[in-house]
Amino acid sequence: MRNLFFVLLLMSFFANAETVYVTLEKDNALAVIDPIVGKLVKTVPIGQRPRGIALSKDQKYLYIATSDDDTIKVVDTQTLVVTGTLPSGADPETFALNPEGNRMYVSNEDDNEVTVIDIPKAKVLTKLRVGVEPEGIAVSPGNRWLISASETTNMIHWFDIDTLTNIHNTLVDPRPRAASFTADGGQLWVTSEIAGTLMILDAKSKDVIKTISLQIKGVSKDKIQPVGVVIDENMRWGYVAMGPANRVAVINAKTFEVEKFLLVGERVWNLAFSPDQKRLYTTNGRSSDISTINLEDHQVVKSVKVGRYPWGIAVKP
Amino acid sequence: MKSLCINPHRFILYACIVVLFQYFSGGFNTAHAANKLVVKIDYFTQEKKIPVALSNLDPFVTDKGWQGAILGIKDNNTTGAFTGQEYILEKTIVPLDGDVLSAYKKVLEQGNTLVVVNLPAEQLIKIMGLSQQRPLLFDVATRDDLLRQKLCQKNVLHLMPSRAMRADALAQYMLKKRWQQWFLVVGPEKQDQLFAAAVKRAAKRFGSKIVAEKVWDHTHDARRTAQSEVPVFTQGVDYDVLVVADERGLFGEYLSYRTWLPRPVIGTQGLIPTSWHQTHEQWGAVQIQNRFKEQTGRWMEEEDYGAYLAVRAIGEAVTRSQSADQKIIQEYLLSDQLALQGYKGRTLSFRPWNGQLRQPVLLAAARSMVAVAPIEGFLHPVTELDTLGFDKPETQCQ
Repeated sequence: MRNLFFVLLLMSFFANAETVYVTLEKDNALAVIDPIVGKLVKTVPIGQRPRGIALSKDQKYLYIATSDDDTIKVVDTQTLVVTGTLPSGADPETFALNPEGNRMYVSNEDDNEVTVIDIPKAKVLTKLRVGVEPEGIAVSPGNRWLISASETTNMIHWFDIDTLTNIHNTLVDPRPRAASFTADGGQLWVTSEIAGTLMILDAKSKDVIKTISLQIKGVSKDKIQPVGVVIDENMRWGYVAMGPANRVAVINAKTFEVEKFLLVGERVWNLAFSPDQKRLYTTNGRSSDISTINLEDHQVVKSVKVGRYPWGIAVKP
Repeated sequence: MKSLCINPHRFILYACIVVLFQYFSGGFNTAHAANKLVVKIDYFTQEKKIPVALSNLDPFVTDKGWQGAILGIKDNNTTGAFTGQEYILEKTIVPLDGDVLSAYKKVLEQGNTLVVVNLPAEQLIKIMGLSQQRPLLFDVATRDDLLRQKLCQKNVLHLMPSRAMRADALAQYMLKKRWQQWFLVVGPEKQDQLFAAAVKRAAKRFGSKIVAEKVWDHTHDARRTAQSEVPVFTQGVDYDVLVVADERGLFGEYLSYRTWLPRPVIGTQGLIPTSWHQTHEQWGAVQIQNRFKEQTGRWMEEEDYGAYLAVRAIGEAVTRSQSADQKIIQEYLLSDQLALQGYKGRTLSFRPWNGQLRQPVLLAAARSMVAVAPIEGFLHPVTELDTLGFDKPETQCQ
């Protein structure tokens, strides 16, 4: 009986084997976590103030923005050794990759620019002028649009990704932070940090078609600071990390109703799905942990201590 | 493009500096760049008398306010490059012995309708009384309650928190700490009495008690004598906190650590209420602190923050309304549509009844941000920001 239990446990472990990588902003390190067991496997030093993180298309490398080193580090996912750098320009924080995985677009917050990098050649192709303090950045799934959100001038800039020309600019609520396209590329979801809203933009008209206010009863308004936003592949649910409100908002992607708020750790910042989209992982800056949300019943099931100020998150199958 | 013109006049010599920030002049593909809307903003100020040095720590800054306006114009033009506007900032400095009124008339004669004003209250009142035409004025310097109450005018917006807002912010924090017995020390100047009046109003509003009040009337430099004078001055009363009203900073810095009883100092010195502070870094503030320091090589002061917000507010109104018309801008700014981003965690707007900018007030010690008012728990049916200063039912504006 006991053996059977272990066999089942092992089977479930292998069935879900996945690795979570988290940047630790204040430890200057990368944390490697086994989320199924719920264990911090390893922590390795990575550079000054690591924030944005993403996997290469072949899953062999991690790209990590080390903001105070003014560079993007390329890290081998097997050995966790830095194998190269990409010329990101000053103070890289967030970046996006094209679907093919050979272009990177980096927000340079202090210079009002987006740096476009050829990844295989590790070269800057060009720099795009954007509004004041660019932050959120995304490439549409069909590789049609590059969008950049400028925090201080409250705009979403739409660039044709082939010509890199600015086609349209949408005025949005103050301090837009993060932006994500839906899987079909039809919508862009944008969070506004100080208005406490989520805005849904139509990728055709580029207009805001819905603004959802994310107020929570009993939580003061200035703690409602929506940041990271993701939408599942089937476009059933969207999730918004709400910063110091310590919650993740669950949004019905069909009706745009707020389904519920899930209490996670303190200052929840970024979100990532498991490869099978059955779980959502959150980085909680102030409580130094990550939370696991079971997406079948929308319950927070686990939290793992990972180190000081977990910021960015990437999940490898 | 920069041009500098000096125009000798009979009694006044005023310099006007036109700074055109053609930030994006070359080679940008913008959707609306073809027909640009040009928006002109005036910055009007008078040279300031260098005060007697009270401390050797802080250098006298001559361009407080102006540098904030420049940063605001840069940000506006960055936006404008995408939305089809160009913003121009012009500066008028009246010399120390110059005539403010006639210089101001000259600005109006040019048909300017958006004026950022950095003048002391007495001078601002003069120019407010003058105009038959009523341009939209952005007061970035005064904190006088009188200008928000009896003397308020529809065309004057105030960017600095009033004395009432500052005192209320302190009172909320002291109530939270249960420091409800106050010893009020008032300096010799007129402004000190105005701040003391705001402190008394706040005590009444939030149910605290002023258990003692004394006027500090020593006229000499307190630097060498504080150690012997302050204990005697504060002896014989029991209280929770010493509240000081010394706006020029003649003696307030010398109270801490020298009182008869060990008590904290709060008010114009010690823990201060302010719209901006070098220790402020939340809500993206560190970004603008960096940008400002890179531009000027110094920290951003309150007047800079006020002027920055004034120019940005104009930018917001113009981009959202697609108009540079004074009436439309004024209406937009006083409406509930305005949601100005001011790096303080909440959107900012103007109180339609008196033109005061609603904003959180920072409570700062020299090296640490202690709290941000409104303090949690002070509720208001419309916005908690209106728990600070004169609320709508208290207004004396016509």
